[in-house]
Amino acid sequence: MRHCLKYLVLGGAMLALQSNAQAIEFNQVQLAKSSLMFVSKQMNVPVEGQFKSFRSKIAFDPAKPAAARAELEIDMASIDAGSKDANDEVAGKDWFNTKTFPIAKFVSTSIKPLGGDRFEVAGKMSIKGKTRDLTTTVMMRQSGDSATFDGSLTLKRVDYGIGEGMWADFSVVANEVQIKFRLVASATKK
Amino acid sequence: MNIRRNNSSASGSGYTHVAIGLHWLIAFAIVGSFSLGLYMHELPLSPQKLKLYSWHKWAGVTIFVFVLLRLGWRLLHRPPELPTDMPAWQRVAAEATHVLLYVLMIAVPLSGWLMSSAKGFQTVWFGVLPLPDLLSKNKELGDTLQQLHMLLNFSMAALVIAHLGAALKHHILDRDEVLTRMIPFLEKRQTNGDVK
Repeated sequence: MRHCLKYLVLGGAMLALQSNAQAIEFNQVQLAKSSLMFVSKQMNVPVEGQFKSFRSKIAFDPAKPAAARAELEIDMASIDAGSKDANDEVAGKDWFNTKTFPIAKFVSTSIKPLGGDRFEVAGKMSIKGKTRDLTTTVMMRQSGDSATFDGSLTLKRVDYGIGEGMWADFSVVANEVQIKFRLVASATKK
Repeated sequence: MNIRRNNSSASGSGYTHVAIGLHWLIAFAIVGSFSLGLYMHELPLSPQKLKLYSWHKWAGVTIFVFVLLRLGWRLLHRPPELPTDMPAWQRVAAEATHVLLYVLMIAVPLSGWLMSSAKGFQTVWFGVLPLPDLLSKNKELGDTLQQLHMLLNFSMAALVIAHLGAALKHHILDRDEVLTRMIPFLEKRQTNGDVK
């Protein structure tokens, strides 16, 4: 009986997907398929890095994007800044001060459809104890019961005090850091 | 074997001004960037270190370009012959040293470039012209190439010392024109001295 119910629900979900894709909400973030990369410029040389550990909560109903919410929590110690030297350095007080501020957080405040698959996501980004407003354009691709959210934005180091002291010299490490994120979320029926 | 003591080069012509200019330009650039490399790699991470690494890489690419120009010039302009009274083993040693020096002048910057790519730091010449990364990021390969870069550099340092020693030996002991044809003003000064 349980199985029957499960199949009924699944079948119903699939029907719903086919007939009315709006009746679903993408809210199960699949971390294994998601990524959080960044590119800094050192002496005008682009250097790639990433955060390996983060958590995300998304609630996105394509029918009601304005009601969608997104949250992201990043474990700052999981940074790979390109080399061991760099990883040791950026954990320090001049950079992320990971001991005192182990987690960076983004919480969305508004999500607006821009037409097509694009959405403007505004929210509050907190890094190293400093919170700033942030806006980014996110591209959503839906395939079956999962949705991929891709976006990129530019953070300014100076806004969050990332790289202070001798590192405040933007001619060596640029102020602008390019962030590229991909979050994949699967749907559960509402 | 030529038994006759003959201090003049067989061809009778010296190096062109361009060849002399390129020799010294590259020589000083190599000594400079070798010293910089030795100094910078032990520094703790700092903006200064990142600057020095970039300058070292720019210098390496620049030297590489000048070495290519120099090789091209050398193919078109035959360098003067060695003194005819040199023993055969010295000729062989001189030839081998010169060939190896050219090989290393090409191999050292190449190894540095590949090492940078493998370590995930692209080379952007003067911060403007990005060189392609022939290797993708790979820590172990990067470390191996670092060892290679160092080995090639110390081989080059040893050869440069041999080259320098041989040049001085030609000048001081053999009293031939091997050194003065690469340092024309030295010849003039000596001539003036002889006149006194």
